[in-house]
Amino acid sequence: MTEPLSFEKSRSALPPPRLPQAGVQTDAQLPEEHRRRRPPALPRLSEAEIMRHYSRLASMNYSISEQFYPLGSCTMKYNPVANEEAARLPGFAGLHPYQDEETAQGALELMWRLERALCSVVGVDRITLQPAAGAHAEWTALRMIQAYHRARGEDRTEVIVPDAAHGTNPASAVLCGFKVVEVRSGADGRVDTADLEAKLSNRVAALMLTNPNTLGLFEREIAEMAEMVHATGAKLYYDGANLNALMGVCRPGDMGFDAVHLNLHKTFTTPHGGGGPGAGPVGVKTDLVPFLPRPTVECDDGAFRLDHDRPQSIGRVRSFYGNFGMLVRAFTYVLAMGGDGLTQASRDAILAANYLRHRLEGVLDLPHEGPCMHEFVASARNLGPHGIKALDVAKGLLERGYYAPTVYFPLIVPEAVMIEPTETESRATLDAFADTVQAIVELARRSPEDLRAEPRSLPVGRLDEVAAARNPVLRWRPNGRDATASSPHEPVRSDTVNDRG
Amino acid sequence: MPYLVHSTEDREAMLEALGVATMDDLLVDIPPHLRVDGIDLEPGLSEFETMARVRALAGRNRVFEDRLWFRGGGVYQRFVPAAVSAVTSKPEFYTAYTPYQPEASQGTLQAIFEFQTLIAELTAMDVANASLYDGATALAEAAMMAVVETGRRHVVVAGCLHPEYADVLRCYGDGRGFDLRVGLEHVGSDTAAIVYQQPSFLGLLEDAAGLTELAHRHGALGIACVDPISLGMLAPPGEQGADIAVGEGQQLGLAASYGGPHVGFIACRKELMRRLPGRLVGEGHDDLGRRGFVLTLTAREQHIRRARATSNICTNHSLCALAASVYLTYMGPDGLRQVAEVSYQRAHALAERLAAIPGFELPFPDRQFLNEFPVRMFHVEHHLARLRAAGILGGLPVGPMFPDRPDLEDVAIFCCTEVNDPAALDLLVEVLTASAASVNTRSGAR
Amino acid sequence: MAERYYTETHEWVTVDDAVATIGITDFAQAQLGDVVFLELPRVGRLLEAGDTFGVVESVKAASDLYSPVPGTVIEVNESLNTHPEQVNKDPLGSGWLIRVRLNGDLSQSLLDEAGYAALTEAQAH
Repeated sequence: MTEPLSFEKSRSALPPPRLPQAGVQTDAQLPEEHRRRRPPALPRLSEAEIMRHYSRLASMNYSISEQFYPLGSCTMKYNPVANEEAARLPGFAGLHPYQDEETAQGALELMWRLERALCSVVGVDRITLQPAAGAHAEWTALRMIQAYHRARGEDRTEVIVPDAAHGTNPASAVLCGFKVVEVRSGADGRVDTADLEAKLSNRVAALMLTNPNTLGLFEREIAEMAEMVHATGAKLYYDGANLNALMGVCRPGDMGFDAVHLNLHKTFTTPHGGGGPGAGPVGVKTDLVPFLPRPTVECDDGAFRLDHDRPQSIGRVRSFYGNFGMLVRAFTYVLAMGGDGLTQASRDAILAANYLRHRLEGVLDLPHEGPCMHEFVASARNLGPHGIKALDVAKGLLERGYYAPTVYFPLIVPEAVMIEPTETESRATLDAFADTVQAIVELARRSPEDLRAEPRSLPVGRLDEVAAARNPVLRWRPNGRDATASSPHEPVRSDTVNDRG
Repeated sequence: MPYLVHSTEDREAMLEALGVATMDDLLVDIPPHLRVDGIDLEPGLSEFETMARVRALAGRNRVFEDRLWFRGGGVYQRFVPAAVSAVTSKPEFYTAYTPYQPEASQGTLQAIFEFQTLIAELTAMDVANASLYDGATALAEAAMMAVVETGRRHVVVAGCLHPEYADVLRCYGDGRGFDLRVGLEHVGSDTAAIVYQQPSFLGLLEDAAGLTELAHRHGALGIACVDPISLGMLAPPGEQGADIAVGEGQQLGLAASYGGPHVGFIACRKELMRRLPGRLVGEGHDDLGRRGFVLTLTAREQHIRRARATSNICTNHSLCALAASVYLTYMGPDGLRQVAEVSYQRAHALAERLAAIPGFELPFPDRQFLNEFPVRMFHVEHHLARLRAAGILGGLPVGPMFPDRPDLEDVAIFCCTEVNDPAALDLLVEVLTASAASVNTRSGAR
Repeated sequence: MAERYYTETHEWVTVDDAVATIGITDFAQAQLGDVVFLELPRVGRLLEAGDTFGVVESVKAASDLYSPVPGTVIEVNESLNTHPEQVNKDPLGSGWLIRVRLNGDLSQSLLDEAGYAALTEAQAH
């Protein structure tokens, strides 16, 4: 099943939708030199055609509402529908960001309360809710750490990142102008503290860590590492990708982290939207509070206000105050779960991961010793002799109605298959998934060529990504030419515009 | 407990299968002194109680009637077709992840491919990406593209840029190592880009073609920050020589929502394609020759190139981009032009009437504008309070945002869109006329 | 035929009349997989030995290119813009990347055929 592009379905003769007329008197006219010469070739479709088009596209997606999504490091848990209702309340959705503070007290109070609640979960003093996503949060935290060192007259130029880290860690560091220094993981899958010691110096601004790390293992020596880092004057940054393991179990702030980010779109159930929007609050300890982005939300005697007067602030990291709609969803979730529910959620996530890991023993390779935390990394290298790769296992799962685990990450595990079941999957689902992986592994041994031909029953089979990248076609063209074959600077005759078949 | 799925028996059975007695046996790697027992938060609530609390907070905000919003400054009230939320509330879209597995993500991938095309068409640029967080960060990403492309370290702002966008540019520049300089007198051989907002933050039209030409004469790039609705009638960046076009897509079907989530877009000339930040979706084919869509040119991105990536962005604003796609598809070229024209005409009619109120004036009478414009009104806060009392969200006072510009003291920017019907305009003028009269009477008596 | 030398970063170089031709090795192309794009320098760029002169991209990887020799870039293999697959098909021949007019001596640290074979042997395990 495929669906034509909206552009391909467009009918040039279709009249536009009915819209309000101006209904006012004015002689004003936009001068010719400012007028658009060639109208944009937007599609012309009726509402019925639009709805059908997007309904068909929707049916071509896997989603957490329909499929088990064991995507490691992504925490794809159930997204409560009450959250959606909350975010759509006119009292939130209908607020202009530049309304006077007196008319937005409920919104400010929600942000203030959410900040306090998240502070309790991770053990920090203040939190900014501004950053829009995890990578944005990493960068925001590093900017604060950079400003902190500069304010002390120190020009620290390096950031240490584990070799198992998510790619956004080094990329965020470079975006702040830092040089990235990699620290090795040891054979047990944890940071090699001897290597860390060797990499630390007074040039180092921060160590970026995830705990549990990207292998799903708790860094047992975290307190010792924090001491080493702080002894050199550097700061410790917590990547919150894996916070779902720790709520009510232990707190990054207690481990010695100075800056902590959280992904509301992972741990706090705001939906992922096919790639966003998310929200990435960053919490900090007292030392870093002066450098928080402005404005912060403050409460004076029950009145809430935005504080823009923060002279040491790094400034703004985006417009307005954050992805407010996502903050409403996360706040609703926190209220519903409470301290007891969030704690149980993390414990259940850990239990589910260990259970599934146990079920896959002997099916896939498990290169690191358990117990794991909320996720684990298996390896498909045991299928190498059959010519089967992690990618083939992933495609086999798609064929059988499951989204695939994260594959080929972290980079330090060959043929990595990273599985995170979350707390919202039942034991029956976990069992069925484990049985399916087993069936795929059996197929890999019996007739690997059949597995390599999967998926067969989805809208498309495996796409030729090499050809797609060598000759990139990144947009539809009215005349069928691709993005790299035409320039907007060449004159286009206006009479060709409506002729779109 | 809400959203949790295991019974006590399930948990016990799973622990037994693992051969351990209690959950604590799974937490042995956590040093005991770091363990906590629970969270210092009140216990969870029922859905009924949760929603009652949330509604109470929502009720403490004042919601102005759509047709009485005359405040913009980057976020606008627009008519949103019902089709937009009907599509974006499909769980197959809003609960899917980033489309890493193309075979199971064709819906999202094709929608993004269509978004890329819509934005490229709208801006008249060659290629657009899958979306960014917002207009401000899109502008910062564009500036960084220019810094890398030219190897230069100064970004010059022409005209009046949204002050928050300027703040964000400075924040990115402080980290990445580029400076923001305001004013064309700074253009020189070390300029990476000239950045202009069209229309400007005040609503005024800039000489876009002249600015891109100036940039090119100095070997710099021209970066346009545009209003997507305006492009229904206004010359787009691609027709005016811009190298990169960015903007905020909130007006394309997204609620104001106290400032987010909205969506940033970025488009560029094909020569700069590989410097684009973030995701790109391309066309591909399977072994049966069927067309499909796939994340492509991924070697630019952080998960492959790590420290050498074009940007750190990973999660973007896909669902908001979907809303924008539905909106633009609903409107089509003629609908979009009509929305832009109606807004233009209403704003000009309103500007003429406001300028006629004694004590009010248009501070830049020789400048062209579209649907947002500055008005100088002495005692601006008094007038805005009168409007608020009448249920009207009046113009945005910009004086405090530009402390070093005395010409903007007492100035508010007003905007009009297709939602501000003629009766709403009449009401606004009526309240302001009375307000001006009261101020004038008081001043006269003094 | 000119003798071929190698770097530890998997570039090769041959020198003919003070003009060096530079490419990546067969081992490197096999490790990268299908090459989809190359970012190569402009003609006229001055390189020191060890400078990065470009990037080679496959679908799943991106790798910097390091110049084995010092000199000025005098020619770039333009055909790779449209046919990057030549780097996979014929890395030592039509898949060459750039030509450089030497302005110094060849570094002593370059590997000969046997030295490079030993290096790849070690890395393959």
